[in-house]
This record gives sequence, C-alpha cells and structure tokens, in this order.
Amino acid sequence: MSAPLAFRNLTLGYDRHPAVHHLSGVVESGALVAVVGPNGAGKSTLFKGVVGLLKPLSGGIERQGIAAHDIAYLPQAAEIDRTFPISVFDMVAMGLWRRTGLFGGIGAKVRGDIERALSAVGLTGFEGRAIGTLSGGQMQRMLFARLLLQDARVIVLDEPFTAVDAKTSADLFALVQRWHGEKRTVLTSLHDIDFVRANIPETLLLAREPVAWGKSAEVLTSENLLRARRMCEAFDTRAEPCADDAA
Amino acid sequence: MMLADTFITPFTEFEFMRRALVGIIALVLGAGPIGVFLMLRRMSLVGDAMAHAILPGAAIGFLVSGLNLFAMTAGGLIAGCVVAVMAGLVARYTELKEDASLATFYLLSLALGVTIVSMKGTNIDLLHVLFGSVLALDNQTLLLIAINATITLVVLALIYRPLVIECVDPGFMRSVSSAGGPAHLAFMALVVINLVSGFHALGTLLAVGVMMLPAAIGRFWARDITQMIIIAAGAGIVSGYLGLLISFHSGVPSGPAIILVAGVLYIVSLLFGQVGGLVRQLFPGRHLEA
Repeated sequence: MSAPLAFRNLTLGYDRHPAVHHLSGVVESGALVAVVGPNGAGKSTLFKGVVGLLKPLSGGIERQGIAAHDIAYLPQAAEIDRTFPISVFDMVAMGLWRRTGLFGGIGAKVRGDIERALSAVGLTGFEGRAIGTLSGGQMQRMLFARLLLQDARVIVLDEPFTAVDAKTSADLFALVQRWHGEKRTVLTSLHDIDFVRANIPETLLLAREPVAWGKSAEVLTSENLLRARRMCEAFDTRAEPCADDAA
Repeated sequence: MMLADTFITPFTEFEFMRRALVGIIALVLGAGPIGVFLMLRRMSLVGDAMAHAILPGAAIGFLVSGLNLFAMTAGGLIAGCVVAVMAGLVARYTELKEDASLATFYLLSLALGVTIVSMKGTNIDLLHVLFGSVLALDNQTLLLIAINATITLVVLALIYRPLVIECVDPGFMRSVSSAGGPAHLAFMALVVINLVSGFHALGTLLAVGVMMLPAAIGRFWARDITQMIIIAAGAGIVSGYLGLLISFHSGVPSGPAIILVAGVLYIVSLLFGQVGGLVRQLFPGRHLEA
C-alpha cells in the first residue's frame, strides 16, 4: 500500500516568484487525482515538487514512507534525444533500473516482463525499432511501458494525453485505471474537463493558488473554472515578499 | 612474397614499428568508445577543447622536469581534470551551457599555460607535445597507454548504463537515480586520460583525430550504440595499421598518416555508409509496401 502525500502550506516557484502558492492538502494512498488548471497554473511545477526536482520556496511536502524511487514521473516534455541509437526494447528496459541497478543482468524472466509491458501498450513487434522511428503516439506508449516496469507506488503523469489521438489516449488511460485498481497513487494533469468529470474521482483545480480540491463533480463547477481562468499568468517583477509566510 | 613484404615485414623486421602498432591499437581501443559517446552527446568539439586544456599542464610538466613522462602526464591530467570538472560544475549549476563553460575554462587554461612558459623564458620544443612520437614509444610510454586503455574500458563498463540513460533521457535518469552526475564526471575524466595517452603517441592535435573520426565512421554503419562502438574501435585499428605502413614506405610523418587514413575511411563511409550515407540518400531505391 502506498502512503499518502501531504502538502503543508506549500509554495513552489522559480527565482522567489511563486508558481504554486500556499497549497495544503493530502493525497490519500491509492487516490487517482486529476490536476486541472490553465496553462501557467503551476501543474508541472507542482509535479516537479512532488518528485523532488524542485525544492519548495516555503512550506513542504511530506512523503510518508515513500522514497524518491517509489515515485515514477512522466514529464510533459521529456528531454529525450530521439536521434540516439537505442532500441525500443532497451529504452523500456530502463524502467527496471530499481531492480537491476548498474549491473543487474536482464534474464529470461525480466525479458518476459519487458515483452509483457510492450504488449500492454500495444507495441509488440516494435522491440528492435530505433526510438527515432516512432510516431508521437508510439513514443508515449513506449514511455508508458517504461512506467509499467518501474512498478512505482506513486505515479505522476504530466499531461500524458496531450498531442496523442483518441485511440492512444483511451488505451493509455486503461493503464491508468489499472494502476488505480492496483491501489497505486496516481496524479495526472489533464485539460479535458468533461473527461475528468466522467473518469477521475478526485480533482485539484489549480491556478497558482489552489482554487478547489475534492470530488471532481464538485470541484469542476462553472464558477470555479471561471475563477481559475481569471488567474494572472505574469509574475510581477516588483512583487513584495509574501505577507502570508510571516504569520 | 611481395604482399608480405609490403604489409607484414615492416612489423616483423623493426621493433619500433611493432611498438607503434601496439601503442596505436591500445590507444584506439579506449579512444574509439569515448569518441562515440562524445559524438552522441553532441560534444564532438569538446575533445578538441580538452586537448588545448591539457597542453599547458603538459608544458609546465616539461618545464619543471624536462622530457619526463611522469611529469608531463601528471601535468596534463591535472590541467585536463581541473578544466573538465570546473566546466561540468558550472554547466550543471548555472545557466551557462556545457560548451560555453568549457570554452571559458580551456581558454583560461591555455592563456595561463602560455604565460607561465614565457615567464620562465625557456624556448622549449613543444613539437613533441604537438605532434607526438608514435615511432619512438619506449616501454614506459607503452605501458602508460596500455594502462590508460585498460582503465578506460573498465570504467566505461562500470558507468555504461547510467551514461547511456543520461544521454538518451537525462530527465528520467535524474528521476530514478543520482548516478548521472558522477557518471558524467567519470566520463570526462576518461576523455582527459585518453587525450593524455594520445598526445604521447600522436600529439595533442591528432589525439582528438583517433577519437572523433572513428566515431563518425561508426555512425554511418550502425543504428545501435554497441555496434557503433565496435566499428569505431575497428576503424581506429585499421587506420593505425595502414597509417603506419604508409608512413614506413613513403616517409610521411606517422601521426598525420594515421589520421589521413581515418579521413579516407570517413569519406568512404560518408559516401557509401548504410545509415544515412550520401549515395543511399541520393539513390534510395523504390519505396516499400509498408
């Protein structure tokens, strides 16, 4: 069972300017949470904080009983060098890092795990292809196969279905539901409000400040969405230090 | 037999040719794989910059104790490692990218070296450092090259996985492990070690040649990094062998001869390579059904 993640008056940002401002709340173990908000609302920033790539400006994130390697992270724009001469099989095998480490061999059993992960994302037969030959959707499928092998208790997906077609997002969302069924904690940012309302139980609506957090149907009301849209995207270069923190 | 006279006798007859061949083979076994990684990380010119960074260290070693293998090697290693580590740290922790931060440090290193040399007022012969002496490798130097090649292959095996992952997907590497940074620094140290070995055999300028040309050759023949490394090492060995022969028969200096042979292999690969060679691009054949 995965342990909860708790945000304690968390402020994350860049160069002292907050991108996520005073967020408090708890992600229960096994929860499937959508993070919704306009561009620049701090969704990616929040995820970077959760996986530990960004230190909080103030407040904190409590990860009870989860180490950094228990969290699998799919960034929005993965910094993958697609020209690198590596096969789909080897790329997916990277997901086994925690099991194999620097030198662990990849035996018949592990090989079977990799084949199964590839078949789960519909990429059977692509093992030997160079990653540079994949389409955008196939690339995303491959990254999901790698996530499958990471076998993490907490999975963070930053806009996983952006720029992929309906069939691919449906296939990949089936995996998200499978993770949810396996009681893994999943955080994912999404832009399709109707989809979230229909498929994801819990939503955090973020617009730098948290707007609402709870059951998706109760959070994604038209008033809340309007409030989120009014958020000012630009930061003020002459902003004063935040008064809330002094208290 | 004529062929044997041309291709084998020089090595059976003359010990200095055998030494040169062994030295070159040991050198390219290490430099080939290193070059492939430099190329894939888009750091092909880093080797060149590092060669400049090493030069002042070696020159200072030369100033202090003359043509002493140990002093020049130590000087080169220290200068190279300092520049590599400083550049790496600046690139990692500031906005400056690797190429810019390396440029600043190697230029400073070069300027510092030249200043020190001129202050001493000695008119030292840097030709040895610049163009090497592959035909005059003594036991010590041969041993040094062999040790460096061994270290390179062993360390490369140790850091291979994180190094590859760090190249393809640095974000993923950061999210699963902190081994990426140390692997990168270890790799830069290997670059320095190989350039130092290279300057004993070929001089600093040409040492970069046996690193980068074989790697570029490999790129035209393989789609997989393992094959690329094997082809690079093989191309280096062939270049070394043919280069020494040409040098022996025609009296051309051996270092440049080796690099020129590699250059010819490169041009052939560029034209006829299976992966993205020019001829294949111009005459791709009819398209397939699926």
